[in-house]
Amino acid sequence: MSILTTTSVADAVSRTHTISILVENRFGAFVRVAGLFSAKGYNIDSISVGPTEDDSVSRMTIVTHGDDGIIEQITKQLNKLIDTLKVTDLTYEPLVERDLALIKVQTTPETRSEIMQIVEIFRAKIIDISPKTLTVEAVGSSEKVDAIIKMLKPFVIKEIARTGRVALKREYYGEVE
Amino acid sequence: MTPSKESSPSAAHRTMTGFEIFVRSLIEEGVEVVFGYPGGAVIGIYDALHDISDIKHILTRHEQGAVHAAEGYAKASGKTGVALVTSGPGATNTITGIADAYMDSVPIVVFTGQVPLNLIGNDAFQEADIVGITRPITKHNYLVRNLGELTSTIKEAFYVASTGRPGPVLVDLPKDVLGGKTAFEYPKTISMRSYNPHVEGHLKQLEKAAALIARAKKPVFYVGGGTILANASDELRKIVKKTNIPVATTLHGLGAFPENDPLSMGMLGMHGTWFANTAVQHCDVLIAVGARFDDRVTGKPEAFAPNAKKIHIDIDPSAISKNVKCDVPIVGDVKNVLHKLLPMVAPCDTKDWLKDIRQWKAEHPLRYKNGEHIRMQHVIQQLGAITNGNAIIVSDVGQHQMWTAQFYTFMHPRTQITSGGLGTMGFSLPASVGAAFARTDVPIVSISGDGGIQMNIQEMATIVQYKLPVKIFILNNGYLGMVRQWQELFWKKRYSSVEMTGPNYVKLAEAYGMPGYSASRTEEVEGAIRRALDTPGPVLVEFKVVKEDNVYPMWPAGQTYNEMMDVPEDELSGVAGEDPISEELVTFSKG
Ligand SMILES: Cc1ncc(C[n+]2csc(CCOP(=O)(O)OP(=O)(O)O)c2C)c(N)n1
Ligand SMILES: [Mg+2]
Repeated sequence: MSILTTTSVADAVSRTHTISILVENRFGAFVRVAGLFSAKGYNIDSISVGPTEDDSVSRMTIVTHGDDGIIEQITKQLNKLIDTLKVTDLTYEPLVERDLALIKVQTTPETRSEIMQIVEIFRAKIIDISPKTLTVEAVGSSEKVDAIIKMLKPFVIKEIARTGRVALKREYYGEVE
Repeated sequence: MTPSKESSPSAAHRTMTGFEIFVRSLIEEGVEVVFGYPGGAVIGIYDALHDISDIKHILTRHEQGAVHAAEGYAKASGKTGVALVTSGPGATNTITGIADAYMDSVPIVVFTGQVPLNLIGNDAFQEADIVGITRPITKHNYLVRNLGELTSTIKEAFYVASTGRPGPVLVDLPKDVLGGKTAFEYPKTISMRSYNPHVEGHLKQLEKAAALIARAKKPVFYVGGGTILANASDELRKIVKKTNIPVATTLHGLGAFPENDPLSMGMLGMHGTWFANTAVQHCDVLIAVGARFDDRVTGKPEAFAPNAKKIHIDIDPSAISKNVKCDVPIVGDVKNVLHKLLPMVAPCDTKDWLKDIRQWKAEHPLRYKNGEHIRMQHVIQQLGAITNGNAIIVSDVGQHQMWTAQFYTFMHPRTQITSGGLGTMGFSLPASVGAAFARTDVPIVSISGDGGIQMNIQEMATIVQYKLPVKIFILNNGYLGMVRQWQELFWKKRYSSVEMTGPNYVKLAEAYGMPGYSASRTEEVEGAIRRALDTPGPVLVEFKVVKEDNVYPMWPAGQTYNEMMDVPEDELSGVAGEDPISEELVTFSKG
């Protein structure tokens, strides 16, 4: 209920946010975070979790959307979890972000070279090949990964596995890559 | 072995079983009473408890009762309540109690037995994933995976339950983990890098609040249960008296400020007093203290106190601006914040404002008609007059609960115990079991409807077994009254499954082994109450009350103050009454 009423509290325009969460690397910490989103009815566009430089800490990167009131509640509720060490909304920070997708495309001798051209343009890689398929590894911003998927769609995509966005705050203000 | 209160240095490093370590750890935490129910997965713990005289174990008749008893104990004492149950059905029976404690921020620790580690996930006999099940309804929960982490987990559990915004913590104890042996050493200190509740109010925010209060012409304190949880009633009283600002409390705030004080306006919200709600609606500065802008208080949030600048003091940052936008948030412990705020505020000129409020009190007091047949309002009002606020009143959920909030004059913190957030019928009787262990200096009065009493009625046996001086008042209207009221007012009086029968309560009392009697005429009420309070030990009194009666004021769910309905005039003129000629109009106010 409360998330509905928050729309009256703040700017009600829905935006996409990338939220980075450091949690104690304990049994069940991930489920607590995911469970919070489902219990409160918040959206998860993508979620990724993995170890960090410190064994005792895991990082989760969640892409979500909502208006300012909802996003404020999400960060507060995440902070309220006992295992949470730090919550950062990277949306308004300069950040480096990557998304990785493995895309298995159907091929025929006629389409293969065209697909390889698209892969080239996106600086993606072919990591598996069979007479009837190619598997492409695409890495980049979520937008870039979305774009290559769109380009490959006409060739019939058989399967996609995608990590979801991972992100860190940018320290150097220029593009290195 | 006969353990002594102070754990002797030699005992401190002796090898013990996990069962013994568990019990010793509770002693280290200062636990005096545990409410529970044994079973296979905790049989070792019960064995260890057998020799311990420092901890009383109270055998309830249902695990739900054990958790509510732990809640009642916590609410009445301010300490952390403890429940202990077995795995599987024992654990799942605690869920309603845990959810209740979560909604009402009650500090309790629930220990559940669990099947051995290697059987977890195997659908073993009496296995339930209680950590998974209770994750969304606990402040935090733990599965103890090795004996080495048992003591630190227990220490953490008590710390998390009782600090910050309190709440229930569950610790799941696999049977084999506790079956092992190790040296006992209880951690002296605790530090958790991921959990540091913010206690100190921010000075800048306090200054802003003080400035707002200084300029206020029509300020109101909106006081919630957080004030009582923080033991901040003294600080509240001081700042209220210094500033001359009137006080409206939530259901859980009742008792935080003495209701006989002229500045008291009683309860606000859906069934709040007309004057409290009117004052809130017209106020220019609203100071929310340990409250959470719950929908039963605000109605439509955007229409709540529409003209007021809002100051919100709360320990939980996520409570701030959650439902209603707040202008000056102050995150911190209510006691700490009020203490700091006190020297920063000056007396407000509220003379005109208080005059308005006095007028609203005169025009719209709480009202009912007293006739031959008993009205619940009258029972509660009499109880208030007789006890003078010196009793612990444990109400259940329904019409009688709202009338208790309205017609009892609460004078002290921790004297009003009820289920607010979850609204759990069946709460009162077991909660009064817990309260009886927290306070022996004042009467414990359990007030239930005929519906709610039948939900945990088995705890009468607990009350008898431990000879608890609980005065069980059953306000019997033969209906699930609150639901009937809604069906009457909003569903065209189509009474669907709300009429209910019950046992012969007087005989039932006798069967359980306590004295019991009933009253059905208004003139018997005072005597019945006095007799109950004068009877040592437990006693049951059934008040057979008017069947169809409605709680006013009220506003329909999701509506606003503008839709607030007071007692209908025809009812007051006697048309709807039973015996218009002999009925007498009673008015009641707060402050
Ligand atoms: C466990 C539970 N089930 C259902 C409800 C819904 N409910 C709220 S009040 C009420 C009626 C309570 O009847 P009774 O105990 O007789 O009290 P009265 O309203 O008549 O005073 C019901 C069924 C509830 N609050 N809790
Ligand atoms: Mg009833």
